[in-house]
Amino acid sequence: MNTSTSLVYLIALPLAGAAALLLGGRRTDKWGHLLATALSASSFAVGLYQLSAMLGRSTEQRAVTQKLFSWIAVGNFNIDAALLLDQLSICFVLLITGVGTLIHIYSISYMEHDENRRRFFAYLNLFIAAMLLLVLGNSYLNLYVGWEGVGLASYLLIGFWNQKPAYATASKKAFIMNRVGDMGLSFAIMIAFATLGTTTFAGIAEVAPQASKAALTAIGIMLLVAATGKSAQFPLQAWLGDAMAGPTPVSALIHAATMVTAGVYLIVRSHFIFDLAPTAQLLVVIVGAITLLLGALIGTAKDDIKKALAASTMSQIGYMVLGAGLGPAGYAFAIMHLLTHGFFKASMFLGAGSVMHGMNDEVNMRKFGNLRKFMPITFVTFALGYLAIIGVPPFAGFYSKDAIIETAFNAGGVKGVILGSVALLGAAITAFYMSRVMILTFTSKARWDDDAHPHESPALMWIPIAILAVGSVASGFLFTRGHALVNWLTPVVGEHTGEHEELLAPIVVSGLALLAVVIGVAIAVIKYQLAEVENVAPENVSGLTRFVRKDLGQDALNEALFMRPGIVLTEVAEQLDVKVIDGAVCGVANMAIGSGSTLRRTQTGFARSYAAFILIGAVALIAGIWVVTQ
Amino acid sequence: MSSILTLAILPLIGALLVAVLPNENVLRIKQAALGTTVLTALFGIFIATKFVSSDTTFQFTQKLEWIPSFSINFALGVDGLALVLILMSVVLVPIVLLAGWHESEGGRWSAKVFYILILVLETMMIGVFAATDLFLFYVIFEAMLIPVYFLIGGYGSGERAAAAVKFLIYSLFGGLLMLASIIGLYVISNNAGHATFDITELSQLHTVMSSSTQNLLFLGFFIAFAIKAPLWPLHTWLPDAAKAATPGTSVLLLGVLDKVGTFGMIRFCITIFPDASKTFTPVIIVLSVISIIYGAFLAIRARDLKRLIAYTSISHFGFITMGIFAMTTQGQSGATFYMFNHGFSTAALFIVGGWMISRRGSSTIADFGGLQRITPVMAWMFFIAGMSSLALPGLSSFVSEFLVLVGTYTRYPVAAVIATIGIVLAALYILIPVQKVLHGPTTAGNEDLPDLNLREKIAIAPVIAVIVAFGFYPSPLLNIINPTSAHVIHDAGFTDPAPTEIAGK
Amino acid sequence: MNPNNYLYVASLLFTIGAVGVVVRRNAIVVFMCVELMLNAANLAFVTFSRINGNLDGQVTAFFTMVVAACEVVVGLAIIVTIYRSRRSASVDDASLLKR
Repeated sequence: MNTSTSLVYLIALPLAGAAALLLGGRRTDKWGHLLATALSASSFAVGLYQLSAMLGRSTEQRAVTQKLFSWIAVGNFNIDAALLLDQLSICFVLLITGVGTLIHIYSISYMEHDENRRRFFAYLNLFIAAMLLLVLGNSYLNLYVGWEGVGLASYLLIGFWNQKPAYATASKKAFIMNRVGDMGLSFAIMIAFATLGTTTFAGIAEVAPQASKAALTAIGIMLLVAATGKSAQFPLQAWLGDAMAGPTPVSALIHAATMVTAGVYLIVRSHFIFDLAPTAQLLVVIVGAITLLLGALIGTAKDDIKKALAASTMSQIGYMVLGAGLGPAGYAFAIMHLLTHGFFKASMFLGAGSVMHGMNDEVNMRKFGNLRKFMPITFVTFALGYLAIIGVPPFAGFYSKDAIIETAFNAGGVKGVILGSVALLGAAITAFYMSRVMILTFTSKARWDDDAHPHESPALMWIPIAILAVGSVASGFLFTRGHALVNWLTPVVGEHTGEHEELLAPIVVSGLALLAVVIGVAIAVIKYQLAEVENVAPENVSGLTRFVRKDLGQDALNEALFMRPGIVLTEVAEQLDVKVIDGAVCGVANMAIGSGSTLRRTQTGFARSYAAFILIGAVALIAGIWVVTQ
Repeated sequence: MSSILTLAILPLIGALLVAVLPNENVLRIKQAALGTTVLTALFGIFIATKFVSSDTTFQFTQKLEWIPSFSINFALGVDGLALVLILMSVVLVPIVLLAGWHESEGGRWSAKVFYILILVLETMMIGVFAATDLFLFYVIFEAMLIPVYFLIGGYGSGERAAAAVKFLIYSLFGGLLMLASIIGLYVISNNAGHATFDITELSQLHTVMSSSTQNLLFLGFFIAFAIKAPLWPLHTWLPDAAKAATPGTSVLLLGVLDKVGTFGMIRFCITIFPDASKTFTPVIIVLSVISIIYGAFLAIRARDLKRLIAYTSISHFGFITMGIFAMTTQGQSGATFYMFNHGFSTAALFIVGGWMISRRGSSTIADFGGLQRITPVMAWMFFIAGMSSLALPGLSSFVSEFLVLVGTYTRYPVAAVIATIGIVLAALYILIPVQKVLHGPTTAGNEDLPDLNLREKIAIAPVIAVIVAFGFYPSPLLNIINPTSAHVIHDAGFTDPAPTEIAGK
Repeated sequence: MNPNNYLYVASLLFTIGAVGVVVRRNAIVVFMCVELMLNAANLAFVTFSRINGNLDGQVTAFFTMVVAACEVVVGLAIIVTIYRSRRSASVDDASLLKR
């Protein structure tokens, strides 16, 4: 495989930025954000350079590696700090640095009045570096470092305003639920090493065919656990909604475009395991299908614009996971949806940030309305993203989502019918709740608070949004032209062989999907555009609505299953420690003290009693000797 | 005179120097003590550069006759294991002195006594790791209790006397069992024709011991080390001692002295009694796993900052013993590296925690709040220390923790799986206090806390540097550790399990 | 005469002395009982000397006498001092050994 010496700069540049801003402290306040943006942009430039170099090589020569140094080497556990850039990771590199740089630019203006803007940019750079390490690592352990690194950056950024206890709690929740997922990744690495003797992607891909199905299934399931944690998939999805506590650019970058899609990356990257472990693969599609419905349902009940978008992210990643679980047929489409989603969701999040910027940081959509008059650019860009996500042709989401729905239908048998129907249903619900967001915010009657003075955001904010909006219009079309992305990724993820009989013709699937979208939009228009909307959420609603509003009981479930038993366990442990273990130790000590004070009573101080003891002792001794010698 | 002996004597010379300085000139005493320890640290690092890592025998050896009639020698020497621990000790001592610049004041005795105790303790710390004569090891092992006893009892806070006594009696009890085993071992060596206390010669003795003898002697050693380490359920002295001691003493106690326990497990338990080690491994692995989970639970519940750190250490020592008795090179090297890292990450936690406690005048977690806005640098240091404690990848503790887990998994998958739950619990026990102490609105009593001054920044910087640097590039230390670990595992008659699914690889 | 009879007398005397030490309160009487025990021991020594046909026992008896004489001097002096300070010669009045 080709080697490169410049891969490390991709990571080193933003990492240096983070280090400079964090170590430099207040001295860098004036220009820190510019440095961070410049370093992120230069990392993007390195990425472009790598792409051009890659395009210049023949298909099988495209992947390059760079070995930095031997990181951990003990016995036959040899981990190099080494990077791998292939067709799959270059997609991510460009997404991360490209969208990342745009969001840096946006944040310059968005965070202008925050006294800790420098720290914010340091965290952003740290995130970019960690995320790049995640997608560039050549082994699971290298990936793990980036995996937890993005978790740390996400923790720091969600808790950026951690003087508010609720925000601090949200960041802690995100980190801990992510750690549960990370545990899965740890297990996967341990199992891989114990059974296959290696943890590099190339090494495992080579030996995986020799391994038993049981081992591969175990690794696959553990990787899935890791993916559910990082990508907010069922059952570890509960943290994403709360993560919206972070500043909006963070939600756009980390909790929509890049970090949360790492799970999809992990599954696609591990295709050599999943392809050989059908059970694990089945679990992947089940998780994806459940989450895409779960997220969509949660999205219908959210009044907080960011939380509605977060629920939608969860649901869209459900689509990607579903796609990734469909094997070689779906990998490329999962990645395609991931990329298009990166564009349109980031643009919508930034749009939401722009709205909040103009509305005194209000997030409740019931207090928006009619903003298209006042924020035309934000409206247009948001609308483009909206059309993309609900899957209207020829916007990006149409191509990618349609492809996943189609592949799901073609998965074969009952499985295909169920998955396809779920994906279709999800598309309808998506159309409904996204239209709801759109209508409540931009087109319905104004329901503002009295002190609201909506205004368009400055150019530094809307230009990045506009660029992303262009991406959400054009990317789908570009990716599918002549199967560009599918062909591009084939050398990495393998070719789709063994055609399933097509259950439905592609044109029928597209028709059904469009029908679903029309139904969803229609319901939303009837409910929100044509009817009057209250500016507080109505209370007299059905139990089902209330259940959905409470995120389908996800927090209550976690609390009942883990938190309360956990608290009881720690209490038991504490009592056990104080009462039983330390009690036993102190008991021994007290016994010694007690026996001492009992014996002390014999020491009366009277000479005669001592004499008596001597006498008794002597007699007993003689008697003893006599008995023994007899 | 070998360089290890020189290294061990340096602090002693410092102690003499401090002893002759006038009592009133506290600053001069502090400078002399700090100077000596810095010099020792530099010399220690210098020695490490001269160490030949591929050689698994003892290096820089020194052998003086001590009590010839019992063939007791004053014998010193280091291998990779000892060198790493000595390095950790000599680097930590000056940091502790600088960080706790005022700890010596307000104790039961004068500052001078404090520094003499610390310096004498440092000599012993070097000696205990470098001793290659079992009797010498035992003498130092027990003698170390004396300065620590006085440091806790004389300069600590709260119920310092009770905590010091508890620590002393616990340790003496373990030492007594070990003494019995040592005598037994000596008798056996005598019966085998060659009375000796030399560790290398003793490690050949297992061939002539019956398995029941081996088991009994092993237990004598192991219980002593398990108390020292401390392993569940012999841990209850630790939280009390850590709570009562000054932060600096706690660092030396948890960071260095407790390592004598885990060090001894490798040096004596496994090396001298390989068969007994094999017999008891399942039990020890179970105890380790219990320690990991149990310590984490206690830490999650802890309301006191110092006790919290002590509980996290119980969990971490569980990882170390698990790695040691997993009997794989990964586990062994990971455990040794873990000892080193735990020294630094606990030092960071205790030092920064100590600063927070002395500023706030309370060690109750609930008394703090919102420190990130008031004392950003201190908050960052506490956060990094916490991240190191929860083994964040990129920090050195991750490398060791992962090695331990991987090494254990290849032989005891169930234990490794349960232990891995510890990493989620670690996130809880670190992030809960981090949130309570650093985040949220600034609570009453915390508004005017001063941030770190220059001296404190200089003290903590090397600790953080070590934590970060060896996380990214652990090779220099792993290169020292690996040959020794491989040697220990090989001599104990173990080989690493081969990948189960790959035939003939 | 059977030498064992001397031994019986010696043990009788010793027992009387020992019981006296334990049960009597008056320091002078206790003291006399101690002397009685010493002399019982002396008698036993001499008897054994006779039985075994060597002089070891008699030598020891002389030693004992010397020691007993010293003891009388010291002991009486203590008793007199205690009597002076406490106006009592009862051993149960003083429990100085306790503190």
